[in-house]
Amino acid sequence: MDKYLLIESRDPFDCGAVARQYELAVSLVKEGSRVTLFLVQNGVLPARRGTMSELLTRAAGAGVEVLADDFSLRERGIAPTRLAEGIKPAPLSVVIDQLAEGCKAIWH
Amino acid sequence: MATTLTFALMDAPYENARSTTALRLIDLAVKRGFHVNVFAYEGAVYLPFAKQTQHANAVHGRSVEEENHPLPRAWIAALMKEAAGKGVKLDWVNCGLCVDERGAVEAIEGVRRGSPADFWNFAMNSRNTLVIATK
Repeated sequence: MDKYLLIESRDPFDCGAVARQYELAVSLVKEGSRVTLFLVQNGVLPARRGTMSELLTRAAGAGVEVLADDFSLRERGIAPTRLAEGIKPAPLSVVIDQLAEGCKAIWH
Repeated sequence: MATTLTFALMDAPYENARSTTALRLIDLAVKRGFHVNVFAYEGAVYLPFAKQTQHANAVHGRSVEEENHPLPRAWIAALMKEAAGKGVKLDWVNCGLCVDERGAVEAIEGVRRGSPADFWNFAMNSRNTLVIATK
């Protein structure tokens, strides 16, 4: 099984391509891959329950592991209790661990 | 033999959170005991620029010491020290053409000059490579 690590650093309200990255994650899962979507920097903003978070909740429901960098969350005053369904806070070290595992990694 | 990870950076310092995240990743990789290669391309060659200096902040009425402005070159030097302490290699290559174009010749100790061929070699000899592109 192929393993993918998609790192999303951008806010979907600021960059229309972000939603396409979420779609890419779901498509890869549907093709049988294991996918982690790791949100970092302003990429964590849609992790709060809201209009854009629905896309992330849907991705999680489709089997994408959706993680939000805990440091980026704290920088932006987003408490873990405010995260939308399916999104979990995680340390940045997840990225290093998955790189070391050999996951195919894409930064956006 | 320790795992090697390669990072390609493109952002100049003080412009985007990507630089901070990249240095956080390098720090974590070193702490995990991995060898780390860094290929600094375009504006990223200014990250280890030796002539970065702290400054006062007249707007906030702070002296140089009070402001204690962070310098990426100091962070990178600390990462190199940390790597040496852990017995792992942090090989930082600045793209030579990017350096010349920008006049960023004076880099801190431990940074070496190279070319995109170094990046290719890094990628070929690493467990994984992460390209943190500007756009």
